[in-house]
Amino acid sequence: MAKKNEKAKENGGAKAVSTFKVKKGLAQMLKGGVIMDVVTAEHAKIAEDAGAVAVMALERVPADIRADGGVARMSDPALIEEIMETVSIPVMAKVRIGHFVEAQILEALGVDYVDESEVLTPADDAHHINKHDFNIPFVCGCRNLGEALRRIGEGAAMMRTKGEAGTGDVIEAVRHARSVLGEIKRLQNMPSEEMMAYAKSIGAPYDLVVETAELGRLPVVNFAAGGLATPADAALMMQLGVDGVFVGSGIFKSGDPAKRGEAIVRATTHFQDPEILAEVSRNLGEPMVGRQVSDIPEEEMLAQRGW
Amino acid sequence: MLIGVLALQGDFEEHLNILRKIGVEIRDVRMPQDLDDLDGLIIPGGESTTIGKLADDFGLLEPLRRFGEAKPIWGTCAGAILLSKDVRRAQPLLELMDITVERNAFGRQVDSFEVDLKVPALERMDSSKQSFRAVFIRAPLIESLDGEDVEALSELEDGRIVAAQQGHFLATSFHPELTDDDRFHRYFIHMVDG
Repeated sequence: MAKKNEKAKENGGAKAVSTFKVKKGLAQMLKGGVIMDVVTAEHAKIAEDAGAVAVMALERVPADIRADGGVARMSDPALIEEIMETVSIPVMAKVRIGHFVEAQILEALGVDYVDESEVLTPADDAHHINKHDFNIPFVCGCRNLGEALRRIGEGAAMMRTKGEAGTGDVIEAVRHARSVLGEIKRLQNMPSEEMMAYAKSIGAPYDLVVETAELGRLPVVNFAAGGLATPADAALMMQLGVDGVFVGSGIFKSGDPAKRGEAIVRATTHFQDPEILAEVSRNLGEPMVGRQVSDIPEEEMLAQRGW
Repeated sequence: MLIGVLALQGDFEEHLNILRKIGVEIRDVRMPQDLDDLDGLIIPGGESTTIGKLADDFGLLEPLRRFGEAKPIWGTCAGAILLSKDVRRAQPLLELMDITVERNAFGRQVDSFEVDLKVPALERMDSSKQSFRAVFIRAPLIESLDGEDVEALSELEDGRIVAAQQGHFLATSFHPELTDDDRFHRYFIHMVDG
């Protein structure tokens, strides 16, 4: 169905909208940047002024979703629209895994990117959204290469390693980034005849496995997410080899969001310069309180949502 | 020849990859001293507010303006915004090129598109290929040319300007770095060669 859509949109040399190149192109423009979770238009303005490349509009940051419990759903369209009207940078919003109608609603609102996110309560315990069906692009979370390539196979135009959202503990973000990037390195050295069995073992589409091996990276932009709270955390993820970072609760659950946001933006650009990192890390006030991932019972881990 | 790409944020790696394939020397630019000895500079796509703020934060705005007095600069999308004199909103600009730019002129991401463009200057340089497949992502428009020596290099079918040149400055609303077509990069290298 998706293939048919794209053909219809690409007759001859004429104008074509919503091609995969255009969808993944926006993510390429966000590279080297920080995408910040915001819950009000006022937050969104602070994020834009701090240098965010995009904002993620949601009703509660992951730390609060974790604390409040209950079912977490797509945000109120009125809130998302207010944020879209407030800032000039791209606006993203989250839908529940598999909830294609929430995605249809976000498409109708005209958000720039949809995050099919494990941070919200899943709507389908077996299937993700067929993202090829949509004109707006999707970003999805992953813990390993197989999960990343399944999502790209479904049409995701951007990935983020999941980490463990709402904790302020970077350990899971590191684990997932190392897993994805390490598997890609192994793939690059793999004889081509082994790739089919490898694709089978990680549950990934064969053609995307081959493409990833050829490129030496994921076929789409890959950010880090989940538990980043400091400029050093952002620089750590950049040095590990991701293309940019999402910071959720880490900014607006801290003592001085404007200052911390700006510091994380600077650290993401100058991630290889320890002197600048030392400078921007000074006097940022209280970081988010945080919760150690090892203290969280397995059934409360958000990252395990996704199939 | 040494070409720099401003690497504060955005798709600078895509530009570096194309320049690497063409075979010129390259350097990513993050601090003022990185501009030393460059023959030309590309400002990539990205978020213009972020790139402008980081350039301001790290003391790059004045060095970039001085660089532009003598050396060629090409801006793609966000880069074109930064080169411009006016975007009708308050954000840091280099104000080097006499153009007025409208940000997000086509709408939001859902309105982003690809299209074949006629670019006579590229056809004169290399007649083997004709139109240029241009990728527009939340793209700006060059709303007006505000100097007598500013020339439109390409227009959409409805006449709106999407590429312009003024002396040693080049601005494109779209992203040649997202395609396999390296003609715009070679055109810029010709400009640097002078």
